Amino acid sequence: MNCAENIRTSFSVLDTLLSEKAGNAAGDMLVASGCPPSAVRLSDVEMDFGGTQAIKRLSLDVKKGEFFSILGPSGCGKTTLLRLISGFLQPTAGQVFINGRNMLSVPSNKRATAMIFQSLALFPFMTVWENVAFGLEARGVGKSERRREAERLLELVALPGYGARMPSELSGGQRQRVAIARALAIKPEVLLLDEPLSALDLKLRQHMRTELRDLQKRTGVTFFYITHDQSEALAMSDRVAVMNAGALQQVGTPQQLYSQPATQFVASFVGETNAIAGVVVSSASGTAVLDGPDGRFTGRCLAGLQPGMRACLYVRPEALNLEANGYENSLPLTMERFDFEGAFAIAKAVVSGGTEPRQISLTISQRNLSEAPAVGAAFRAGFSSQDAIILPDD
Amino acid sequence: MTEIFQRFGKPLGGCFVVLVLLWLAGMVLVPGIFMINSSLRPHLPPPLRGGDQDVYLFDNFAYLINHSNHGQIFLKTVWSSALVTMATLLLCYPVAYWLAQVASKWQMRVMLVLMLVPYLMNEVLRGLAWYIILALAGPLNAGLMALGLLDEPVRWYGDGGVVAGMAYAYVLFMLFPICNAIATLEKDQISAARDLGSSAWRIHWRIVLPHAKVGVATGCVFVFMMAAGSYVAPALLGAPGSRWFTQIVYEWFFEIGNWNRGAAYGVALMAMCLSVVLGLLALFRVNLTSAIK
Ligand SMILES: Nc1ncnc2c1ncn2[C@@H]1O[C@H](COP(=O)(O)OP(=O)(O)O)[C@@H](O)[C@H]1O
Ligand SMILES: [Mg+2]
Repeated sequence: MNCAENIRTSFSVLDTLLSEKAGNAAGDMLVASGCPPSAVRLSDVEMDFGGTQAIKRLSLDVKKGEFFSILGPSGCGKTTLLRLISGFLQPTAGQVFINGRNMLSVPSNKRATAMIFQSLALFPFMTVWENVAFGLEARGVGKSERRREAERLLELVALPGYGARMPSELSGGQRQRVAIARALAIKPEVLLLDEPLSALDLKLRQHMRTELRDLQKRTGVTFFYITHDQSEALAMSDRVAVMNAGALQQVGTPQQLYSQPATQFVASFVGETNAIAGVVVSSASGTAVLDGPDGRFTGRCLAGLQPGMRACLYVRPEALNLEANGYENSLPLTMERFDFEGAFAIAKAVVSGGTEPRQISLTISQRNLSEAPAVGAAFRAGFSSQDAIILPDD
Repeated sequence: MTEIFQRFGKPLGGCFVVLVLLWLAGMVLVPGIFMINSSLRPHLPPPLRGGDQDVYLFDNFAYLINHSNHGQIFLKTVWSSALVTMATLLLCYPVAYWLAQVASKWQMRVMLVLMLVPYLMNEVLRGLAWYIILALAGPLNAGLMALGLLDEPVRWYGDGGVVAGMAYAYVLFMLFPICNAIATLEKDQISAARDLGSSAWRIHWRIVLPHAKVGVATGCVFVFMMAAGSYVAPALLGAPGSRWFTQIVYEWFFEIGNWNRGAAYGVALMAMCLSVVLGLLALFRVNLTSAIK
């Protein structure tokens, strides 16, 4: 009957699945090679472009064989970070390690990384197989062996027999795969991908997500993936680092970022959420009370939240229930409209009695839709304090 | 062609096509036919023209082939033009690459202005500048002697001086097409090649040059044609005793007054230029339309 319960249970199932998988992978690696160095480690890296600080004192650890994503809005410094790892840029301060080796003054053509460019940067005057084998050509591998290896890689990315074509004769998705094959040809320890799917249409993008994820698991190459699309990052990654304005906000599994955001930026950038502003009244042992114009609410909080601080409470649309009975928190709302999405609907409601109208989203399953308040009706939405998190203003 | 009609509409597009055809007819076709026609006829005094003796013959061309040193001068002109083309290409490619891919915006602007300033003067004055520089008592000899590199002044005038003067006169015609072509190369292409482990040399050979091919071909065609047809540089900078083919053509026309033989020499030069151009385009596998674009 209760939709939030349903969704929560399904999430916790997902959570255990995800953590099991991550645990297994880590376990395998420990057994295989003792304690391996990180595939990529950034230590206090900074990058200045004549005045503008694109990367602000950033440290990061990417494990071997991991699908690691950097998620952040456009212009937050993601590409810059990738260029620091690939060696196209030298950090103003701090160090980059690849496989435990300090990369200071190691040029990009000597690093164990391969980059997939946002523009793909296929070589238009070479055939597909020459493109794929270019890294081998640069390493002095003979022609027949290059050709054989190119065919093998093209098969790996599901393009067998396309070797003799020119890049211009391929579709967007096929070009994408050629770029991946070309990068894999040099057997990189780390594959750096700069928003590789952003140029594709939605359908193909979703298909390529699965394919990339599969390919990463099959090859075992560490993927360092950059995107501004949060659903992409959540769907594909083992771990995600959320970045804003050149600084890391939080690093964690997709599930952690979704259910335990550490900052207001992460809470609002990752997934849909509702924010309620106010002042912290009390906080003790992971639970805090927030008082604001919309009422008084209880929610989870992190250490460091002090009474008197200005803060926001975040609650996901699927955690809001159409009735307030039995929940610690309730919010007076007036129903505004329903957006149908198939299996469920998104209800948009405004907070009643607020000084300015603020919209709140609720997810309503198809089954509960008949019991939902009519448009224009006032009702109280309830939510558990466990489903809400209170985060201080910056 | 359909492009033109689409862009300007039928009437206006038609006007343009007609104008271009008229221009081609007036400036290329008619003089060309006139030249070929007179090159095949003997030189006769006016009263005998159109008479029994005025028949089509290959005598004028045979004269060029059989002459004791005109043929050799012809080959020297071809060879020197090729040398000028090679020299400007070798000089311009690195500069064009630097301008188009490495230099910042303001560096590029400053460089372009500096390079264009000498070209605000006309070709004769530019040739004259070299004439002064290369003179026996000129600044080049003076400078080299002051540095102790020379004991006595060198006579620079001669074929070397001509090649240098022509290379200088036409260098921008090589630079701009190559620069334009390289400027359209995505920076990511170079980064990608480097990232895949490529050396700088291989990046140029496999990525930059193929991309700049059309620009290189265009530049080579321009420079070769202009060098082969150049008159001022040889006249000013050549040694007194060594003539260039353009000078001989000039002599036939305006000093000896044998237009028919002059026309034959001109046609020979034109035919050679045309075959070199077509050869160059075939070598670069560029077709004429994309080269002109
Ligand atoms: N070569 C550069 N010179 C100057 N500023 C740069 C350069 N590259 C990036 N920036 C600046 O650094 C910031 C981050 O850029 P970028 O890493 O491309 O962001 P993202 O990839 O996340 O969109 C931007 O403000 C951008 O203007
Ligand atoms: Mg970017």
